[in-house]
Amino acid sequence: MSALSIRDVKKRYGPVEVLKGISIDVEDGEFLILVGPSGCGKSTLLNMIAGLDTISSGEIAIGGRVVNNLSPKDRDIAMVFQSYALYPNMTVRNNISFGLKIRKIPKEQQEEIVSRVSKLLQIEALLDRMPSQLSGGQRQRVAMGRALARDPALFLFDEPLSNLDAKLRVEMRAEIKLLHERLKATIVYVTHDQIEAMTLGDRIAVMKSGEVHQLASPQEVYDDPADLFVAGFIGSPPMNLIRAPVAEHDGCVGVSLHNGGEAFFFPAPEAIQGGLSKWTGREVIVGIRPEQISDEISRGLAREGHVKRRAKVEVVHPTGPDTLILIELNETPVTCRVHPETMVRSGQMTELMFDLSKLVFFDPETERRIR
Amino acid sequence: MADGHHTQTAGSHRVGRIVIYALLVVFALYYLMPLFVMVTTSLKTLDDIRTGNLISLPREISFDAWIKAWSSACSGVSCNGLKGNFINSVSFVLPAVAISTLIGAFNGYVLTMWRFRGSDVLFTLLLIGCFIPFQVVLLPMAQTLGYLGIANSIPGLIFVHVVYGLAFTTLFFRNFYVTVPPDLTKAARIDGAGFFTIFWRIILPLSPAIIVVSVIWQFTQIWNDFLFGVVFSSGERQPITVALNNLVNTSTGVKEYNVDMAAAIIAGLPTLFVYIVAGKYFLRGLTAGAVKG
Repeated sequence: MSALSIRDVKKRYGPVEVLKGISIDVEDGEFLILVGPSGCGKSTLLNMIAGLDTISSGEIAIGGRVVNNLSPKDRDIAMVFQSYALYPNMTVRNNISFGLKIRKIPKEQQEEIVSRVSKLLQIEALLDRMPSQLSGGQRQRVAMGRALARDPALFLFDEPLSNLDAKLRVEMRAEIKLLHERLKATIVYVTHDQIEAMTLGDRIAVMKSGEVHQLASPQEVYDDPADLFVAGFIGSPPMNLIRAPVAEHDGCVGVSLHNGGEAFFFPAPEAIQGGLSKWTGREVIVGIRPEQISDEISRGLAREGHVKRRAKVEVVHPTGPDTLILIELNETPVTCRVHPETMVRSGQMTELMFDLSKLVFFDPETERRIR
Repeated sequence: MADGHHTQTAGSHRVGRIVIYALLVVFALYYLMPLFVMVTTSLKTLDDIRTGNLISLPREISFDAWIKAWSSACSGVSCNGLKGNFINSVSFVLPAVAISTLIGAFNGYVLTMWRFRGSDVLFTLLLIGCFIPFQVVLLPMAQTLGYLGIANSIPGLIFVHVVYGLAFTTLFFRNFYVTVPPDLTKAARIDGAGFFTIFWRIILPLSPAIIVVSVIWQFTQIWNDFLFGVVFSSGERQPITVALNNLVNTSTGVKEYNVDMAAAIIAGLPTLFVYIVAGKYFLRGLTAGAVKG
């Protein structure tokens, strides 16, 4: 039995369909991420799981119980909001115990829960303060404390880290992960930040315009994107997507690329040969991650599936751990990730290793993967 | 050179300050003048008024005029002072202010946190209520009060003022509550709080600033109202503003300016009191956003 089951859920506001049939099953103890650009319907879906919004059709079940017509308080859930949503007129202690009070849980038990939760989140010293006296990170801790106090079947997080500054966000991210591992809680977590999605999730649902484009583990979403949108959305810097004609050389199907006057032929990986051969003579979109175009220093010796090519460097962006350089393939800017000790300047020619074993190809019309 | 320049600008700065303060003092005196005349006149005897001039200080301070205005001045045929009318005013102003503020808060809460189909239209219609002149509703209101059986009574006046004030109080609270993050009500709903619990335990405790605004506004409006008072009440039940008018316009005997002035001050004191007590919250409430996110 799954902790949360979403079956063909649709949502319409008048004639506008904002969710177009979502189906997701979340296992007990699983950390599911809903990720996508703003307006993709991820927060709407979360609100509908919480019962703060009604669904137009379909079914949502929590712990095997259909909750379509249950109010939020009867769904056995807790939610953490982006704006923290702490009650400004109550102390931290009362914020945490408010839900328990409403549920008429005995006083002693309330106190015990508050002290257990505040110890877990290290907010014991803050219990008698007002929310206005807390920093952003502390407020988010209290908001999580309020959710934990309820000990629900399902935790819902609505972009909880988006209001924090970059450093604190990384810290809190690590803490949420630790908390999840310790509590074995089932979590649905909405974010627009693909790094949060990659680091936290057991599985990621990549959403766009009310549809789930791919639902898979972070590594799968990264290495094996279902379509052009997922390929472009997950990864930072994003995957390079280049339009290129399919050609055949020595019985091997691949794509033709050029840099300046120099033409390259990149053969497709073995598994895609068959699928791609139908495209010979037509254009496809080929995807290659920045780290698959590197230099010899970081790659060591050339391996199977790697080819070495010379290209002209357009722009150099040092980031510290890596240096990103831009080259041009088929008039498209392409990002490559090279070792920072590789001293290159813009305008220079440089030698780059292309790892062709992970090339992916997309249909330019349907944007689906060619397999 | 540089020093000279410096002192020169400091000097002109100083002159500017003096001009500003002088102007402010002149304006303050100009506005305080009527009050000064009222207070001094009310403390004079009639002889003093006849022989002295308008802005002279009383030769001897006498509270007789105040006592008379409060308990024995004549308006029309009765000679009981303003005492009874003052109590009348208090007895309908306090409930009217409290009820209209509370309903306004409730309306604002519903219109922002529990939007429904047509809630914006409803709010717009309520807003139009702010622009309807008193005179327009006199006749229909008189009929309505008759139907309800509360014509010419204190409950009738309360009803009139609550209905008329709702447009304003709703506007105040609605505009205050749109700045409250909607996540707050969502969190409370998930915590298990219902419609009224959220209002009483979460939303209302956020509202002291806007409650003060609403109370001051409503208190001033209702206490100072003359038209509804003169139309919808009579005799014993008249509010103080109507009684003051009758008292000043009573034409038998000598014109007692000291009593008139004392009566006018008595009629104005409660609003002054409300401003002084709650005034510092007033501006804060008008300008402040609600909750820091």
